[in-house]
Amino acid sequence: MSPLDETVPGGAARSFVLRRTQLLRLTAGAAGANVSTLLFAADRPLERLCVPDTLKAQMQVRIRPPMVLMSDAGRALASVTGSSLDWHDAISGHSTDAHLARFGPSSYANDRNSWRQSARAGLLDELAKWDLGRRDLHASINFFSAVVPGDDARGSLTWRPEHSAEGDWVDLRAELDVLVVLSTAPHPLDPAPTWRPAPVHVAVRPGGAPTADDPSRTFRAESGRALDETERTAA
Amino acid sequence: MTALLPSGPTTSASTTGTPWLDTVVAPGAGWVGAVPAGSRFRIVDLHGNQAVDTLLFDADDPTNRYSAVDTVREQGAAYLTTGSVLLTQDLDPLATIVDDTCGRHDTLGGACAQESNVVRYGPHTRHQHACRVTFVRQARQYGLDVRDLTHNINFFMNVPVTSDGRLSFEDGVSAPGKHVELRAERDVVILISNCPQLNNPCNGFDPTPVRLLGWTS
Repeated sequence: MSPLDETVPGGAARSFVLRRTQLLRLTAGAAGANVSTLLFAADRPLERLCVPDTLKAQMQVRIRPPMVLMSDAGRALASVTGSSLDWHDAISGHSTDAHLARFGPSSYANDRNSWRQSARAGLLDELAKWDLGRRDLHASINFFSAVVPGDDARGSLTWRPEHSAEGDWVDLRAELDVLVVLSTAPHPLDPAPTWRPAPVHVAVRPGGAPTADDPSRTFRAESGRALDETERTAA
Repeated sequence: MTALLPSGPTTSASTTGTPWLDTVVAPGAGWVGAVPAGSRFRIVDLHGNQAVDTLLFDADDPTNRYSAVDTVREQGAAYLTTGSVLLTQDLDPLATIVDDTCGRHDTLGGACAQESNVVRYGPHTRHQHACRVTFVRQARQYGLDVRDLTHNINFFMNVPVTSDGRLSFEDGVSAPGKHVELRAERDVVILISNCPQLNNPCNGFDPTPVRLLGWTS
């Protein structure tokens, strides 16, 4: 099987299995890109990305290198081995049809393949291909987007404008065989008055298992224990 | 028993209506039940600094369930308090927080599990009791299972997040007798684990009971 190396148009969705040790690079094709991403253990998708566990174990309210992306079963699904950005949002979900209402109605009949579809619609379409559905939705990671909490009493959330530019990238290393389900629809808090979803390049290449001194393993004791748990159970 | 109830149901002007629930949930125990539209549901932190892990479901369609990320995004704030509308993943209102003497509640920190305890605290914690176990046991009564469990609310828990990207677990902002009250905006099922966590400050290192009170509209 030749590795994936393709451009996903803006506002589209895609799903594939990233094999253990493979590296996935996502590259923004234009400013304002967003990739709402769900992750599952490919051989047992009941086990899925758990953003709360990932954040609290590593004491972050964002995703950045070299964090380990953890499942709800305490295992490393993937590691963020590098990125041109130090903040990827994981606390504000993905777009639903309600977020597209301001652009007016859109349909295949009128707009052909430029029709506007939410991340939710695309993610559910992709999940269905793996016999998954609404019960399997979970907090997505929104690569290339930043939503920053204020230091006020409410923890006010602010979408950061101009966070990403064309060419920004992020690398994930699969620590298990991981089902990746992604949508390139805009972030739900992106206030852009016109629908111009950015394309994203998706490339898979061979990598290697994390070494003893891998930055993701040594980031925090918790990160290392999640990798240990994967290695112990998936070997 | 009276000594356990520093904030009784008669102390608030909002507590009119017919009582239908008054129960104490022990630490490490749970509760699940149907709460009709319009009725109110109060959780009292009897001894203070007790995390109450909570999930809500649309009673008519449990796949339309509480969504932490949709809720915080739509309200534009990370913490829950009076006025917060608890939304499903379809952005339908499940319940509104109508009274809150604590001031703020977490919904980004998730629930403890045996597996995440191992990650956070080490293998010696694998067989310690955890919220996810309680959730699964209680959810079964409504035909729900692991697949239905999503990212929850932690009432009375203090998880500050900051503009420099940090998240931490801090000593509770709650105190004995503080309460939070929900009004159901549709028929909902509420699932609760009274958190047994011993390894961080979320329960003041000493999990304690909470009281649940309900009134019809």
